[in-house]
Amino acid sequence: MLRFAATRLLRLVVIIFLVSVGTFFVVHLLPGDPTVAILGPNDTPSARAELLKQLGLNKGLLAQYGTWISNVVHGNLGASFLTKQTVANALGEAVPIDLELIVFSQVIAFVIAVPLAMVAALRPNRAFDQSATVTTFGLYGLPAFVIGPLLVLGLAVHGHVFPATGWTRLSQGLGSNLRSAFLPSLVLGLGSIAIYYRLLRADMISTLQEDFVVMARSKGLSTPYLMVRHVLRPSSLTLAAGAGINIGTLFTGAFVVEALFSLPGVAYILVQSIYSDDYLMVQGMALVAAVAFVVIIQLAEVVQLVLDPRIRRA
Amino acid sequence: MPEGPPAALGAPPVGETGEGQALLAAATRRRSTRRPLGVVFWICASWVALMAALAVFASLLHLTSPTAQNYSAVQVGPGVHHLFGTDDLGRDLLSRVIFGSRVSLVVGFAPIAVGLLVGGSLGLWAAFRGKAADAVVSAVSFTVLAYPALLAIIVIQAFWLPRALWKLVIIFSVIASALLFVVVRAAALSYVNREFVLAAKAMGARTHRILLRELLPNVVPATAAFALIGVATAIILEGSLAYLGLSVSLPTPSLGNLINEGTGQNLLQSDPWITLWPALYIFLLLIALNLMADRLRAAFDVGEGRL
Repeated sequence: MLRFAATRLLRLVVIIFLVSVGTFFVVHLLPGDPTVAILGPNDTPSARAELLKQLGLNKGLLAQYGTWISNVVHGNLGASFLTKQTVANALGEAVPIDLELIVFSQVIAFVIAVPLAMVAALRPNRAFDQSATVTTFGLYGLPAFVIGPLLVLGLAVHGHVFPATGWTRLSQGLGSNLRSAFLPSLVLGLGSIAIYYRLLRADMISTLQEDFVVMARSKGLSTPYLMVRHVLRPSSLTLAAGAGINIGTLFTGAFVVEALFSLPGVAYILVQSIYSDDYLMVQGMALVAAVAFVVIIQLAEVVQLVLDPRIRRA
Repeated sequence: MPEGPPAALGAPPVGETGEGQALLAAATRRRSTRRPLGVVFWICASWVALMAALAVFASLLHLTSPTAQNYSAVQVGPGVHHLFGTDDLGRDLLSRVIFGSRVSLVVGFAPIAVGLLVGGSLGLWAAFRGKAADAVVSAVSFTVLAYPALLAIIVIQAFWLPRALWKLVIIFSVIASALLFVVVRAAALSYVNREFVLAAKAMGARTHRILLRELLPNVVPATAAFALIGVATAIILEGSLAYLGLSVSLPTPSLGNLINEGTGQNLLQSDPWITLWPALYIFLLLIALNLMADRLRAAFDVGEGRL
């Protein structure tokens, strides 16, 4: 077990290192000159040379990477040279929005997917199961930028139930915060519904064949009690593992949803910084998002291995 | 699809004869009686082909130019002169959707084709060779895939100016190659130690013959199903990029930036058609691709876990 943990940890470190190298070199090897954006009209050769020196961009690429990564390891992600806001500060404002979106979207996805899967698994391949399967399949194929505008059209523009765009921070009241978060979270969670429904339905169908279920039924337990207390737990192993990996991918899914609803999250700042050639901001944001993705995926794999020893042997 | 895989579940894989021409001929005959893919698959395939044909021959269709602005017909609903209506600048929506689908289709299919060619052949080779060759290529593809795709594309698109379609295709191709390498390698690994491969080796077959004639036919179903999902995913990624304003530059229409245009400036309220048509178009395209992949998997019993 210790050996297992050690190799996993080593692998994680190696991947994070590669991710940091990738982020840095993509930003630095591609054409594009940050000094143009900073200097603006004051662009003279001497001013430019001075600025390059000040930003440390006159050194070799490897030296620049060394400086950057040692700063990052010491917790200093740098600061925007336009607004002087630190990357850490910007992240502190943006990340909670994405986290709330992800958590809320998963709550919605589970609340819808779990009961659907339970009812469908009781009578597989009958009308309810088939219509639920087809509907979730359709939802799964619908990207956020397609279903989002449609939901906004129906529920915000015509229905006036939810605000179409914008974000109300949690500090301004839970009710209005949840109201502004509902539509974005729903859009983000729709794809997850299909995944969770499929995983749980398949496992429940096989659990329902087990002897202990026959036993429980013959004791006279009611079907809802049986499903919730006896069938749900042993059927949720694949679901737990699948959810972990899915949540990792939601991080970038949230980017589109942010743009869709004009929410000031990570992607919003990232795109803003891209348009203003704010490379340190882009680099810092991209690094943190990529590392978060890698860590979540790796954690999900570990959870999967712990829950299901069959994979460990393979 | 070329070279069908085994007829029913449990039938020996293609090429598992190795003893003589007669048996090989029998195997070939068995191959032709494989389970059909079903009506749904072919309806979807024709639908995708129709969409592709519309996009390819768009300039021959006598459509209004997708960028021509006509201020005497602004925000007209669907009708005789403009089948899909016009947008806030009087541009024909039908034409914009069809020309816009070019970007989506190119970004969907071209990188997957490159991926199949590069990633696919590397996957076969690495699975067959094993050892160092396998370790090196696997490590490279693993590194590419460790990075969240959308984020990588955003960062590269941000600094590789000016934005152009061919650059998108290159970036997508690298990711698709890594992904298809993993799929083909995994599928091929379950065959490399089988008797028919051993027999081919014993008969002195060259590497390329083993890869192309023994391994390739067996990995086709899994790879085809995954490639179709890949096409759908690439189309979604391009749409998401367009939505963030980081795909092809305006005024070139793409389905993603059309939807984006339609949701801005209260247009969703005053003229929902601008959003609805491209949304419907991309939805039907994606559904068709996903259904095709689903039918393929069902017909050839490809485990979902492997994808």
